[in-house]
Amino acid sequence: MISIIDYGVGNIKAFANIYKTLDIDFAIATCPEDLQNTTKIILPGVGSFDHAIQQLLNSGMKEKLDSLVLHDKIPVLGICVGMQMLAKRSEEGILPGLGWIDGIVKKFDKHALNEQMPLPHMGWNTLNIQVPSPLLTKLEQNPAFYFLHSYYFECTDDKDVLASTSYEKQFACIVNSGSIFGIQCHPEKSHQNGIQLLKNFGEL
Amino acid sequence: MLRARIIPCLLVHKKGLVKTVKFKNPKYVGDPLNAVKIFNEKEADELMVLDIDATVENREPDYKMIEHLASECRMPLCYGGGIKTTKQAQRVFNLGVEKIALSSAVINNPSLVTKIAEQVGAQSVVVVLDIKKKLLGGYVNYIENGKRKTKVNLNKFIVQLQKLGVGEIVINSIDQDGVMQGYDTDLINKIKPLINVPLTVLGGAGSLDNIAELIQEHRIIGAAAGSLFVFKGKYKAVLINYPDYNIKNKLFS
Repeated sequence: MISIIDYGVGNIKAFANIYKTLDIDFAIATCPEDLQNTTKIILPGVGSFDHAIQQLLNSGMKEKLDSLVLHDKIPVLGICVGMQMLAKRSEEGILPGLGWIDGIVKKFDKHALNEQMPLPHMGWNTLNIQVPSPLLTKLEQNPAFYFLHSYYFECTDDKDVLASTSYEKQFACIVNSGSIFGIQCHPEKSHQNGIQLLKNFGEL
Repeated sequence: MLRARIIPCLLVHKKGLVKTVKFKNPKYVGDPLNAVKIFNEKEADELMVLDIDATVENREPDYKMIEHLASECRMPLCYGGGIKTTKQAQRVFNLGVEKIALSSAVINNPSLVTKIAEQVGAQSVVVVLDIKKKLLGGYVNYIENGKRKTKVNLNKFIVQLQKLGVGEIVINSIDQDGVMQGYDTDLINKIKPLINVPLTVLGGAGSLDNIAELIQEHRIIGAAAGSLFVFKGKYKAVLINYPDYNIKNKLFS
C-alpha cells in the first residue's frame, strides 16, 4: 500500500485522486503509526524549503521515514520540494535536508538567464531521459511535465540523475539512488504523462 | 524547451461560472467543477479561477469550493479572490492550489507579497492587475472587480512588486475583457520591458490567432483567455473548448 505523506505541505488530494482513479491502494499518513503497513511512500512538498522541513519535523514522521527508507529500503518518491528535501541542504534555507540522496539544492543563476527565461521556471518543459528506469516506462523519450520552481537539485554523483531538463542549463529533474526517487516537476499536475509516472511508481 | 502556457481563466459569481464584458453583465456559462473536468480531458496547460464576488462582498474565499476544484484539477491551478492575509493564503494553498492570486489586498498592503512568499514560496505568489485605459492616454489600475480606481503608479508598482518577491504578474485589460477583439498590445509593449518574472496577459483574446500573435510577436509566455474558451461561434453559444495538442503546437512557431 502506498502511503501519501500528509504533513501539512503539498497537494495530498491530487495524488489521492489519481491513485483512486488508477485503482491502486493508498492511504494518507499523518503520523508514524499510519506508516505500519506501508510498501511505498509518496513525499509531496510545495512552498519554501525550511517551512517544509519544519512541518515534517513537527509531524513526528521523520524518524520513522528515515528508518523505512534507509533501513527497510521502502521505495520513496519525493515531489517538488519533497524532492529537494532529499538533499543534504538547500540554498533556500538553513535547516538540514533529509540527506537521502547526495547533493544540494541551488538557486538558478538569475544573471545567466535571458529575458525569455524568467524566474521562477514556470510551465511545461520537456524531460531528457538519461537512464532507462521502471519509473519511466511507457513514457516517450522527451515527455512534457509541469514545472514551478526557482531552485534545483544538484547531485554530487551524476549517476543519480535519471532525467534532466533544460532551463539556462541542463539540471537534474529526476534523481534516483537505490529505491529513492525524486522528481522536480509536478506529475500530479501533468495530465497523462504524470499519471503514467505515478502509475509506474505504484507498480515498482 | 519551456513552452508558453495557454490558460483558461474562469470567473466565479454566485457559485456559478460566468463571463463578463468589460467587467460587467456576467453571463452564466456553467458549473465550475464540471468545467474543470472538461479542461482535464482537454489537457489544458493551467487553469485560473477567480472568485469575483469575494472581495466585493468582503468575505473569505469559499474554501469548500476551492477544495473541490483543486482535488479534481489535474493541471496547475491558480486561485484568486478574497485573499487578504497570509493565513488565508496558506489555507488556500493547503487545499492543493499551486498559485495564489492577489489583487485588491496588495494595493492596500504591498508587503503582503513578501509575507506570503516566505510561507508558500515566491513561485506561487501571483499578482493580478486590472488595468483600464485613461481617456487622454496612459493606464490606471482598478480593484474590487473594476469598481474602484487606485492611485498606484503602474510602472513603479510593477517594479516594486518584483522587489517584494512576486512570482508572476497577470495583466488584465478591463477595456478588452469579453470583447474578443484581441489583446491590448500597447499595454503589453509598455509593461513587458519592466517585468522579469513570468508575465501572463489576459483580456481580449477572440481567436487562437490572437494567442499566436501574443506568443510569437510579443514573446509572452502566459496567454490567458476567458470568452475564447467558453464560447463558440459568432452567436457566442456556451461551449467549453480548448486547442488540442497539434493545434496548440502550431501556435508556438
